[in-house]
Amino acid sequence: MTSTADKATTQAVETVSLTIDGAEVTVPKGTLIIRAAEQVGIDIPRFCDHPLLKPAGACRQCLVDVAAPDREGNVRPFPKPQASCTMTVMDGMIVNTQHSSDTAAKAQEGVMELLLINHPLDCPVCDKGGECPLQNQAMSNGRTESRFIDVKRVFEKPLSLSSQILLDRERCILCQRCTRFSKEIAGDAFIDLQNRGAMQQIGTFNEDVLEFDGYEPIGVAAEDESGRAFSSYYSGNTIQICPVGALTSASYRFRSRPFDLVSSPGISEHDSSGAAIRTDHRRGKILRRLADNDPVVNEEWITDKDRFAFSWQNLNDRITRPLVRGEDGELHESSWPDALAAAAKGLRAAITGDEAQGAAVLPGGRVTLEDAYAYQKFARTVLGTNDVDIRTRTASDEEQDFLGSSVAAKGMGVTFADLEKAPAVLLAGFEPEDEGGIVFLRLHKSTGKQQVFSIAPFLTRGAEKLNATLLPTAPGGEGKALAAVKGSTDAAEALKEDGAIIVVGERLAGSPGAFTQALALAKRTGAKLAWIPRRAGERGALEAGALPGLLPGARAVTEASARTAVAQAWGVDSLPEAAGRGAAQIIADAEAGKVDALIVGGVTPSDLTGDLQAAIERTPFVLSLEVRRSEAAEAADVVLPVAPPSEKSGTFVNWEGRLRGFATALKTDAMSDHRVLDILARELGVHLGTGTVAEVSQQLGSLGAAAAKERPAAPKVDAPKVDAKPGAELILAAWHQLVDEGALQDGEPYLAGTGRTSVARLSRKTADAVGIQDGLVTVSTEFGSLELPVAITDMIDGVVWVPAKSPGSWVAQELGVEPGARVTVKGGI
Amino acid sequence: MTDSDDVWKVNRERDGENQKFVSNFPEPGPVGKVFAPVAGFGVTIRNFFKPTVTEQYPEKRDTAMPRYHGRHQLNRYEDGLEKCIGCELCAWACPADAIYVEADSNTPDAQYSPGERYGRVYQINYLRCIFCGLCIEACPTRALTMTNDFELAGPTREGLIYEKQDLLAPLSEGQLDAPHPMVPGTTDDDYYKGDVTQVVDEQVAWVRENRPEEPTLPENRKAETARG
Repeated sequence: MTSTADKATTQAVETVSLTIDGAEVTVPKGTLIIRAAEQVGIDIPRFCDHPLLKPAGACRQCLVDVAAPDREGNVRPFPKPQASCTMTVMDGMIVNTQHSSDTAAKAQEGVMELLLINHPLDCPVCDKGGECPLQNQAMSNGRTESRFIDVKRVFEKPLSLSSQILLDRERCILCQRCTRFSKEIAGDAFIDLQNRGAMQQIGTFNEDVLEFDGYEPIGVAAEDESGRAFSSYYSGNTIQICPVGALTSASYRFRSRPFDLVSSPGISEHDSSGAAIRTDHRRGKILRRLADNDPVVNEEWITDKDRFAFSWQNLNDRITRPLVRGEDGELHESSWPDALAAAAKGLRAAITGDEAQGAAVLPGGRVTLEDAYAYQKFARTVLGTNDVDIRTRTASDEEQDFLGSSVAAKGMGVTFADLEKAPAVLLAGFEPEDEGGIVFLRLHKSTGKQQVFSIAPFLTRGAEKLNATLLPTAPGGEGKALAAVKGSTDAAEALKEDGAIIVVGERLAGSPGAFTQALALAKRTGAKLAWIPRRAGERGALEAGALPGLLPGARAVTEASARTAVAQAWGVDSLPEAAGRGAAQIIADAEAGKVDALIVGGVTPSDLTGDLQAAIERTPFVLSLEVRRSEAAEAADVVLPVAPPSEKSGTFVNWEGRLRGFATALKTDAMSDHRVLDILARELGVHLGTGTVAEVSQQLGSLGAAAAKERPAAPKVDAPKVDAKPGAELILAAWHQLVDEGALQDGEPYLAGTGRTSVARLSRKTADAVGIQDGLVTVSTEFGSLELPVAITDMIDGVVWVPAKSPGSWVAQELGVEPGARVTVKGGI
Repeated sequence: MTDSDDVWKVNRERDGENQKFVSNFPEPGPVGKVFAPVAGFGVTIRNFFKPTVTEQYPEKRDTAMPRYHGRHQLNRYEDGLEKCIGCELCAWACPADAIYVEADSNTPDAQYSPGERYGRVYQINYLRCIFCGLCIEACPTRALTMTNDFELAGPTREGLIYEKQDLLAPLSEGQLDAPHPMVPGTTDDDYYKGDVTQVVDEQVAWVRENRPEEPTLPENRKAETARG
């Protein structure tokens, strides 16, 4: 922010002046005393106070002596010390904290003594020991010796709020940070204060009262005296903000001490929000991850997936040395020079000669900006093909045109702050809680001040928490639904307001015409448009040009001037002219034996409707760049090990277009994809120039963005009418839930237990038409079938919803179709 | 000739390299000159008549002072459960960074110490330890104490990193090796207070069922004694 802007904001705000410990301080009106004291560097002890939560005044630790002017203007002291975390400042107020007032110091000491009466002295076994505000403040503001001689209150411990979150009630000081977080920030008010007096405690509600309806957690949660089951995607944050060790996580319990840990800042690899995280590791092993404070992105919160899903990279199947398939048909560990030579030989054979059918590259959607850049440059300069696509998911040409014309290389468009301030938000093909994580938290912050519309088959619990209005739409019909937002409909009126936002998700690629209509709607209403993909690497790969029709900087492959510009920058004669094939086409062609070599990055075959496994087996040469011995790696001819995000540096570009650079957290000898590709290119006689992050940044910087005429044209695709009727043939709706069986959540059973149970959702009318009351239903295609318990949901008729990759519901693998396809649903088994 | 050679030449000249050595001691008289070759034996002969201080180690071993800071020991409760809870306060207190601890959760199948937490990994590096004893002061359960064992030498560096099994107190008669359940009806508090004084039948039965080969089981001890 510039200094002039600073000035403008301070002038606009009404300020008040007061004295704290003799120091004059001027702060905006309405500031709490405790915040004003922070500004002049005066520390007041506190437990319940948290800058992002509403004041509670629950712990009473922040008592200070306050004198304020009365009606005549005489400064008169309050009869008793006041809680500085709930009292706002007023002009002429005189505040004396424990530093200058004996009354305040004595009051704080007394409160501390009372807090410690029932607090067990189990610091040696408590996970918080060493980083505990209660421990620290007992040392700084407490008595040296306890006068309490009676028996302390004890509870059975620990109580499992969920499979991951454990509650030791006897350690709790009832500050209510966790309950306030759950209510205010996450909207999952599963825990609250129960009972009164000495037996007051945090507990969970009865799930019957909460009407979970298929949102109950998978794992076991212990019974409380009044209820059970704590099911939230954000529950891990309560552990981090707990000022004592009352809330702990099962995966980190007793694993380490804060003074053992080395903390490295990083960026989460789990979704496109680019949440700032802190990785705590000890002796080369990651023990936990915490939320870092980044006010413009994730504030101080992260999802449970960001926090707990990190063990995937250190499972037993981690690859540390290159693997080459030997004469015996098995993969053998090999040296780097040998493996590189083998990889180079295989690739060279695929691209030289008259009968060569060429190679294709599938980097997967979790690559960093640098990796994506290296993959596409490798494809275009070394392999001489545009067949590179990170979109190993539902994708379309329309989507590519939309991204090239309106998203890529546009810099920062809509931001998190814009989402928070927007008077109206329309969500299409996007579930903020399941697919956005942090996006949901920002929207939830504005609930009540913001109108949210959701184009979806039904309102998920996340959308309900946002008070969203449902525009019921069957999958595939999003285009028509977006077109229908016009005239004097509520949504159209709301979107005309200044600052309104249309959010489109990656799933719209499965609905022909949806992106075309989204652009038209944005133009019609003046609302801003934001594309929020699910995986962390999507936006970065888009900027880097790792799409078959897009060069770096959103240049269209088909534009000759764009190709010349990029070729010049790369110092090559020309770039391949033929537009590349998309990921689905590559896999289909490879399966038909029309591809001679495949380079596969972090792609999980079971996530794809196409049979990648068969494609890999059919293709003469497959090179895999993998962290673990995945299914794809096991079937490859050469496997080169690459570093997981915590062991490399790089940049994720989040959905806003914000560069989220991160440094290496754990130093190992694992190399990033871009470096491996650089070495491999050298083996093939090409200087790729992607050896370091700095080199790639320099190249990306000098390439810049495309000129307007070099971009692809905006898509113009007609939206079909989708006829969803109750009957035996229903339209399939599916999306990934935040906590499911994705490859990056492997090896973390405690987190998996907090995921939601798999259910098939049907409307009452549809269920009646199919003849289902309750129990299991079979969702089937010609390819295969799923059996799931049914959940009758208030949703559009003629549609069945199942989670995309939850336990027992691997849609792509089992049904072999994408959402929008017709499936048969049968009940009564 | 380089510059430095020049400097040395000048220095040598200044020091008078060729000057004759002159002792600071006075020149001995004629008698002194006669006895000079054997004068040094005076010290030796004088020591013939003084008490011996040399110890015949290792043939004859003396005990150290009772509070000597020797090798550490991880103590056990009377029923054989470990006192260490893996809190790492010893590691925190250690000024030489010689102690490494990793804790873990006790489970019903593997209860090593009373309560929820036990020390899974416990290492003391005796190449680093300075035997200051701050670790035993820090220990909240009196799990870590020091013995009189001072014979800490070895041929390898690895061998001087003592693991948990090297440090655990030997099991005396009546103690049962962990893991086994706590005495039924007791809490970790009862253990800390010293209310658990012996192994109970439930614990023996549990170990008999789960680890019949356990050498500290009464019948196996008996068999061992009979054999030995």
